[in-house]
Amino acid sequence: MTDLVIIGGGPAGMSAAVAAYESGVRDILILERDEQLGGILQQCIHNGFGLHRFGEELTGPEYAWKYEEQVRELGIPVKYKTMVLSVTPHRTVTATNEEDGIFTIQARAIVLAMGCRERPRGALNIAGTRPAGIYSAGTAQKLVNRKGYLPGKSVVILGSGDIGLIMARRMTLEGAKVKAVCELMPYSGGLARNIEQCLNDFAIPLKLSHTVVEIHGRERIEGVTIAKVDENRKPIAETREYISCDTLLLSVGLIPENELSLQAEVRMDSVTGGAVVDQDRQTSREGIFACGNVLHVHDLVDFVSEEAEIAGRSAAEYIRGSLVPECDIPIETDGKVRYTVPQRITGRKDVTVYFRVADRYRNVRIDILSGEKVIHSVRKPKMAPGEMESIRLKKELFQGAASLKLRLEEPEGTREIQRHKIM
Amino acid sequence: MTERQMTCIICPMGCSITVKMEGEEILEISGNTCKRGAAYAEAETRHPERTVTTTMRCQDGQILSVKTDRPIPKSKIMECMDRINRHRAAVPVAIGDILLRDVFGSNVVATENKPSLG
Repeated sequence: MTDLVIIGGGPAGMSAAVAAYESGVRDILILERDEQLGGILQQCIHNGFGLHRFGEELTGPEYAWKYEEQVRELGIPVKYKTMVLSVTPHRTVTATNEEDGIFTIQARAIVLAMGCRERPRGALNIAGTRPAGIYSAGTAQKLVNRKGYLPGKSVVILGSGDIGLIMARRMTLEGAKVKAVCELMPYSGGLARNIEQCLNDFAIPLKLSHTVVEIHGRERIEGVTIAKVDENRKPIAETREYISCDTLLLSVGLIPENELSLQAEVRMDSVTGGAVVDQDRQTSREGIFACGNVLHVHDLVDFVSEEAEIAGRSAAEYIRGSLVPECDIPIETDGKVRYTVPQRITGRKDVTVYFRVADRYRNVRIDILSGEKVIHSVRKPKMAPGEMESIRLKKELFQGAASLKLRLEEPEGTREIQRHKIM
Repeated sequence: MTERQMTCIICPMGCSITVKMEGEEILEISGNTCKRGAAYAEAETRHPERTVTTTMRCQDGQILSVKTDRPIPKSKIMECMDRINRHRAAVPVAIGDILLRDVFGSNVVATENKPSLG
């Protein structure tokens, strides 16, 4: 029997481990698939991490080291190159590595911190051949930053999420020519800072409302056909344009990696792609907690660390038997607010509710309702799907509520004008 | 007179700022909604600087992540890359170790630990 098994040694797993240790748990084991701790941060060598948490701009490896150092100093054991094969609803973990073979551990509590994966080409239905030279942006990032290989010299990037933007700069710095970044939506999902410093600094064109409609080449990709899309995101035939390239990078979204969570039969949220959790980050299965990108995809690692601390502390309370059991107030959303984490809360504690919106909005109000009654309102000058928001609620506000709802209120009739202004 | 458009990156508002210039002289900054935005636009116009983050080869062939320990002039980014790419780091390296000194007013430092192989 092990008190706490943490699956994944990235930012979420490390932060959960440190928080659980600080809350008194001593029997902790981190299971990590890679040879090193740090997860995806190891290949995110650019800076901009840690502004919220440490008040300084760190690179990914530097941010990871701040936690790895603590894990080492506290002597928390880690099994590296270890793949978890299954997790049961009653917390039996089966894993394998070269040294131990296949082994099982019965855990009092589990923190799921497996992170996320990139959406692959197969999920996009792009017509054409299947040549070499098509990479997800994160794979290219690993090749360049960890392995020292430049996957191509002449590049088109589909998707303007932050990883795509960061890779546009990275490939340019290493001598590649990035010909265009195509974005299906009329706006970029990436940070304004990355548009400025990764694209504009190097005069890389950002083609909004554009997508790749065809891939050309037999052995190696030779080019792509791109086209503008209409308001229904359908390609407009007359706007087809051929761009020659030897590499296509896809930065088209991240998907929480929840195969193990499904085996453990935790209830899932179809919007986040992660588990449904309460304010302690406990899933529908007692003693199984989730945090970080496996729970919902974050834009800032600082918030991953924060969330993982909650999961680690709660796991410690659960092991001690002092975790408040009833989180019986569900939080609903109106569609404009796409989702919240947590999805269930208790009336006994203050809570910070994290959420994302479905579109870009200006000068809106977020109302929190208990039944028909608005119990709290926050004004937001600007909201975007790419930016996670949060609202802190005092327990006095929602004690005894049957359920809560987050509703986005737009000023009447101004939406189109405002949209125009943003573009 | 020339005009330059930029998106402010100080906060998530992302104001679209216009800077009007006559030669080196800034005539007018507009579009910003706060003082910090004006300061950003001025700095971006007069002396834009960037921190460079990249990788360096080690003498034993490993790849090491590095950065300039302070921002360098934006116009020197590619020259800075060239200096870093021509250098080989001696292993082992600890995070924060200085690998190259005086690169356009900054030092190039390691952003990760790298033990020697074997």
